[in-house]
Amino acid sequence: MTNTATLSVSIDVEKIRKEFPILHQQVNGRDLVYLDNAATSQKPLSVINSLVDYYKGYNANIHRGIHTLAEKATKAFEETRHTAKKFINASSEQEIIFTRGVTEGINLVASSYGRAFLNDGDEIIISGLEHHSNIVPWQLIAEEKKAKIKVIPVTDQGELDIEVYKKLISSKTKIVSVNHASNSLGTINPIKEIIALAHEVGAVVMIDGAQAGSHLEIDVQDLDCDFYCLSAHKMYGPTGAGILFGKKELLEKMPPYHGGGEMIKEVTFEKTTYNDLPYKFEAGTPNIGDVVAFKYAMDFILEHGKENIAAHEHALLVYATEKISALPSVKLVGTAKHKVGVLSFTVDNIHPFDIGQMLDARGIAVRTGHHCTQPLMDRFGIEGTVRASFSVYNTKKEVDQLVEGLERIINFMK
Amino acid sequence: MSIDQIQEEIISEFSLLEGDMEMTVFYIMELGQKLPVMNESDKTEDNIVKGCQSKVWLTAEMENDTIHFSADSNTAITKGLVSLLIRIFNNQRPEDILKADLFFMHKIGMERFIGTQRSNGFASMIKQMKLYALAYQTRTQVKS
Repeated sequence: MTNTATLSVSIDVEKIRKEFPILHQQVNGRDLVYLDNAATSQKPLSVINSLVDYYKGYNANIHRGIHTLAEKATKAFEETRHTAKKFINASSEQEIIFTRGVTEGINLVASSYGRAFLNDGDEIIISGLEHHSNIVPWQLIAEEKKAKIKVIPVTDQGELDIEVYKKLISSKTKIVSVNHASNSLGTINPIKEIIALAHEVGAVVMIDGAQAGSHLEIDVQDLDCDFYCLSAHKMYGPTGAGILFGKKELLEKMPPYHGGGEMIKEVTFEKTTYNDLPYKFEAGTPNIGDVVAFKYAMDFILEHGKENIAAHEHALLVYATEKISALPSVKLVGTAKHKVGVLSFTVDNIHPFDIGQMLDARGIAVRTGHHCTQPLMDRFGIEGTVRASFSVYNTKKEVDQLVEGLERIINFMK
Repeated sequence: MSIDQIQEEIISEFSLLEGDMEMTVFYIMELGQKLPVMNESDKTEDNIVKGCQSKVWLTAEMENDTIHFSADSNTAITKGLVSLLIRIFNNQRPEDILKADLFFMHKIGMERFIGTQRSNGFASMIKQMKLYALAYQTRTQVKS
């Protein structure tokens, strides 16, 4: 990280804050300071209004209706697919599958690709930085197919040990699945290198982009990744919507994940033929309203520019890191060279849970605990951390409020 | 003092904080600091109260005709909340513990600063204390 604490001038944070009605409220008698963005981001008016407009104006079931509302809803739904394709630079809209979010995306690939292509003795490589949602689906399929799971270890700084990864990959490796950025520590992983190394042994690579979507450049063609998934709710969009990108040639070879309406071409009791991509993987009525709104969330990010958003968050991270690491008895967890706006730390002799409760009493929302990464917490020999995560609408003043709150807690507990 | 008298006492103490959340949290933690120390040997897996997001250990023993509780927690706020229950139920007769209505919780606005997940943990703590009371009551009845 660089040592500059100046905030980006390309982001007019006061103007942006006006677009987020939820931020303008008091919690426990004080102005809300929302620093739990890695869990979920807040939603701008454009996203909220798009949901209202959809349900007020053109709610209808998509794709098969011939009436006007159905046409309108289908068009809006497919526009999100078009935006998503551009957002991650996929080569075709057929490569964009709507899901409920990253968890479903990983489960889909683990279940469908894993069931079709994994065999006894094959190996799946994940990393020590993974969220439980990028561990458990692989354990389920590994158990079923008698495959083995290997783990890329994490260094003391919270980075992946790529030298060990190079030794782990072999002709037995069939799938590599890692995150683009860590939800617990903020580490940005060298995924392009990880992907290239996996391809040398013929393995496919899944990238969990949950913590990347709102601020990191994603070009699936340049990365050459096989699968990439995103959750809308971590990108200023609604909960319960997300996308899975998959290379067309792989998706075509994969069996369907869920069976039902929409994913079929013809059904008889003897045999069913499946629909073309991407519909083969979209059984049943999808989450139309939230998918429609997801477009407005991506538009919000594109309008402000990922580079500007990232620069603003990075400046906040640098400022907060300087201030918080200077507090007595604070230990930072995760000091990787490249990080998204996530700051995890512990305070000697004070349980993260107490810190979270005490900060909440001052209207400050942070996350405490293991952040769904228990193996990572075990790696550092801790139960959990306090995690502050920054977004485009956060300010230096809010970081100061966090620091002030922490100072009070540390003094009180002395 | 009876269970209800102690509850009234707690309600009047908390009313001095005038609903200030930070003061309330600090006060709860201070109460926790005053909780008598629990024997380390009692902090076993068997004595952990299930459902609490943070860990709580609880033991009980019968002295004469009343129950004596001992508890601890790995987090300061939970320890403070637990200390309130200990204060209310300690040295009370099993039958009084069993029929107790814990009206102080609502009166001091406890749900406001415990949160849903912790309320559940707290509920299991109360349940566990009442289970101890029931066990001791049953044992006394069998003996007599």
